[in-house]
Amino acid sequence: MSHWDCAIAGIAELTPTRRTEGETTLGMIARVSAEAVADAGLEPAAIDGLLVGPQVGETPQHVPATVSEYLGLRPTMSNVVDLGGASGAGMAWRAAAAINAGMCEAVLCVLANTREPTPPRSPNRNPIREFDVPFGASGANAAYAMIAQAHMHHYGTTSEQLATAVAAQRRNAARHPQAIFRDAPITVDDVLHSPWVAEPLRLLEVVMPCAGGAAFVVTSARRARTLRQPPVLLAGAGEKVTHRAISGAPDLLSGPLKPAMARAFQQAGVDAGHMDLLSLYDCYSIMLAVTVEDAGLCPPGQGGPWLAAHDLSAEGDQPLNTHGGQLSFGQADLAGGMSHIIEAVRQLRHQAHGRQIADARHALITGNGATMSEATALVLRRED
Amino acid sequence: MTIAKPGPQASPLSQPFWDGCQERRLRLQYCPDSGQWVFYPRALDPHSWSTHLQWRDASGRGTVASFIVVHKPGHPAFQDEVPYVVALIDLEEGPRMLSNVVGCAPEQVRIGQAVRVHWVEQGGEVLPKFVPEEFAHKEKD
Repeated sequence: MSHWDCAIAGIAELTPTRRTEGETTLGMIARVSAEAVADAGLEPAAIDGLLVGPQVGETPQHVPATVSEYLGLRPTMSNVVDLGGASGAGMAWRAAAAINAGMCEAVLCVLANTREPTPPRSPNRNPIREFDVPFGASGANAAYAMIAQAHMHHYGTTSEQLATAVAAQRRNAARHPQAIFRDAPITVDDVLHSPWVAEPLRLLEVVMPCAGGAAFVVTSARRARTLRQPPVLLAGAGEKVTHRAISGAPDLLSGPLKPAMARAFQQAGVDAGHMDLLSLYDCYSIMLAVTVEDAGLCPPGQGGPWLAAHDLSAEGDQPLNTHGGQLSFGQADLAGGMSHIIEAVRQLRHQAHGRQIADARHALITGNGATMSEATALVLRRED
Repeated sequence: MTIAKPGPQASPLSQPFWDGCQERRLRLQYCPDSGQWVFYPRALDPHSWSTHLQWRDASGRGTVASFIVVHKPGHPAFQDEVPYVVALIDLEEGPRMLSNVVGCAPEQVRIGQAVRVHWVEQGGEVLPKFVPEEFAHKEKD
């Protein structure tokens, strides 16, 4: 028996889109949830657990109850997972933990967002609003550019190395029918000549916000074996939260994903070298370099050269973000982080048509929130 | 139309910090139980959870831990300022603070550079920004 003895039994993903009109978050949650439950081969009534994300400005409180009512669910376990880009991965092990605790049997994990032409500004009254925003440092761009600058200064990482990975992911996206930049190929030069956003990061190294949604269903491994799809087992999980604002980061060169991945690998009894797919959270190009270092795929500081040296395609020696990553697939708010799970499940089911990794058996998924603050890592395994 | 830059929105707990800024004094919390300085202001010292925090004047000296040059601000009020430098400053007393480096061109800023506080009025507020030591003589406080 594996550490968790649970599996992802159903998945679904909405096609990312730049703008929505007349959509509601609840409506998108409903559509993607129905698809995920059908994909698992379950009846809606079988869902007795629900994990949702925070919905700032739309349903600020009572989110699980609101979503349950909308979907006609009566869950015996429900909660909000609020870990930014790590929320989706954070849901996976929480669902398994709740199942193992006997609180429920089939957990729907869902994230979705609309994107109206003029999104409302968030009504924050937190330390970031007080001590960062007055200095012209609102948003995540500043934080990740600080990390990139530090990495370049201390390790000699270059924009060219990071751009190589960005262009490689764009080639991967061309093979995914739902990727928002499927038909927009770019070269390394395009990345290097795109406008500065927050120097040293350029426009094409920064994720583009869009709307969309994703969902998955977690059941016991035993139950998953009786359902419609090949079970994809949760083999390991790890998590760590260290800070919120970039000024509070204990380290600019390494993040909380390092201990999170170490725990996930330990539970799964494997290491980074066993992974057939690296499904790594990529809000910014620099995050890929830090993550491959923190995963132990290369020594600290060698993430840039590592990314440039490997073939990141499905047929390559190190398949990485075969859906294009969020940089090229699209970042539908919190569901963007879930895209790394959906792609991993497709690859491990051997259903990644047109971009299938041969004999894919293990995948590493990372989720990353705020300013390299919230980290969840999962190891998924195909059952054979 | 000019959009006003967002000000600090102080809380009662952090008000002494901003009052200090008005007097052009960089005041931070200090915890005698842990010997650690604390920034941003808190109800307890995150190192020791002691609540015996005292307000003390800091030296105003620090070094650049990292920095960026903003070309596309997250808030439209800063559009007129681009390109400008946002930096993480390691204060001599220990805490790390986000601020701006001013008084020199963005390409003259570097990691490890020694900086000192430089007070800048913005809206009705006075903000602690920083100037590299080698350019400090050109700036009047």
